[in-house]
Amino acid sequence: MKRSASLFNTLSVALGLAFLYLPITILVIYSFNASRLVTLWGGWSLVWYRELLHDVAVQHAAWISLRVAVLSASAATVLGTLAATALTRPGPFRGRLLFSGMAYAPLVMPEVITGLSLLLLFVAINVDRGFWTVVIAHTTLTMCFVTVIVQSRLIEFDRSLEEAAMDLGCPPFKTFLTVTLPLIAPAIAAGWMLAFSLSLDDLVVASFTTGPGATTLPIRIYSEVRLGVKPEINAVCTIMIAVVAVGTIASSLIAKSGAARRQRAALGAQI
Amino acid sequence: MNGEPEKRWNVRAIVLLPYLWLAVFFLTPFVIVLKISLSQTALAQPPYLPVLDLAAGWAGLIEFAKELSVDSYRLLSSDLLYLLSYLKSLQVAAISTIILLAIGYPFAYGIARAPRGLQPLLVMAVVLPFWTSFLIRVYAWINILQRDGLLNDVFLRLQIINAPATWLSSDTAIYIGMVYSYLPFMVLPLYATLEKMDESLLEAAADLGCPRWKTFWLVTLPLSVRGAVAGALLCFIPIVGEFVIPDLLGGSETLMIGQTLWTEFFSNRDWPVASAIAIMLLALLLVPILVYERLQRRSLEEGR
Repeated sequence: MKRSASLFNTLSVALGLAFLYLPITILVIYSFNASRLVTLWGGWSLVWYRELLHDVAVQHAAWISLRVAVLSASAATVLGTLAATALTRPGPFRGRLLFSGMAYAPLVMPEVITGLSLLLLFVAINVDRGFWTVVIAHTTLTMCFVTVIVQSRLIEFDRSLEEAAMDLGCPPFKTFLTVTLPLIAPAIAAGWMLAFSLSLDDLVVASFTTGPGATTLPIRIYSEVRLGVKPEINAVCTIMIAVVAVGTIASSLIAKSGAARRQRAALGAQI
Repeated sequence: MNGEPEKRWNVRAIVLLPYLWLAVFFLTPFVIVLKISLSQTALAQPPYLPVLDLAAGWAGLIEFAKELSVDSYRLLSSDLLYLLSYLKSLQVAAISTIILLAIGYPFAYGIARAPRGLQPLLVMAVVLPFWTSFLIRVYAWINILQRDGLLNDVFLRLQIINAPATWLSSDTAIYIGMVYSYLPFMVLPLYATLEKMDESLLEAAADLGCPRWKTFWLVTLPLSVRGAVAGALLCFIPIVGEFVIPDLLGGSETLMIGQTLWTEFFSNRDWPVASAIAIMLLALLLVPILVYERLQRRSLEEGR
């Protein structure tokens, strides 16, 4: 079969990519617009970025979001990796079906339900809502993504390497640390990155579970956006896009071509 | 191998922490939602009655059970507002999913047929927007769709329209937002199945004189059904409960169920009704979620 790209195939890919990138590109360009009006191009300017330097509320929200994202992504990575490891081992344990059900369900659960149910839990056990409740909520929300990514890596890696180590007398825990962990490290890193960006992004679950003094960046942006488009928000969004883009490209450079491609395709099969 | 007690202990130890976490922060909350959906609104803190008093022991539990009511569910079924809200959500999700399939399939097919060396880059290009903020991507469309936004500007200049049209606060805007935000979820599973497809099958069909369109119809399409189902579920289920997109881009005539839940909770402070809405939404989505989980488990645990 020829692999020559037909006109139709090329066109559908080009149009698809244009559709995905045009709105973001426009947003980024307009964050450098000197004019306050959206349609009026007033020349290139950094005025909205300068404005941000004085916006203490946005900075505070960004700092909270960043801390929440780092903490919850780290917790989610540990929990998700453990869950993935348990799910790929054949060993039986009580409630395996329930566990695998719980491990994947948050992936498609509407966020309003996850948010509401977590909030009602916090109220029921009388916990004051704030920073830590958002961290817990985001850990719960994002760990399933880590589970899926790490699990797809664990499935394709060569189990005989582990078995060889154990046959040579290496205890299981040490085998996991010295053989398994280095092999699945790229997937763990990718999982952490995804959890991090999902946490940084989440509005709905954070709105339900946050409390006084713990306004995250999306909550802040959302309250501004409801009042209409603001050039400052374009600038905030551009910075967030830049952070995520740099992070993603860097992590993909680390997890190099061949293995990374197979794994991404595998992730594609799951998400 | 698996019989060794040492290793069995291992799995149990590994699973303990995530199991406990999910049981406490994922499973228990649903039980609480169910409980509160059977409570009544009250001017109290927390704003519902009855409150379960575990200190009162068995008697307290019986007292508690007696006071449970199905009032919230009765309200949901009697007030047309809620029914319309559910129907609207299903309609938006169904139509969006169909549009997503129509756009996502040729997109994924094009990527899968692109030169091998280019494919990782293209997949990366599809994944990248998925990593940037959902909120930002929806917000980007406000820039474009608002009355003095770019779309009207371009259309006016090209003289497609004579007066600025209203794009924002309409169902059209909701569909644009949904399709835009969920496109990677549709393209990636489709690409994964299309890419894995055995090309010798296509060659065989071509050698036997099957025209290209017929090969596509008889070979490619049936083999990619699994990816299409996964993609469709991955889009349909969250779209039904979507809040941000209809709230920022949609109008205020008929709310989607996610918005109704949000309003009941944050504006009306009616926790029992909000909980009942959540339970009904969950019931509505139970079948698609279970189907999705089956697919997921099969592809992850039984090898690909």
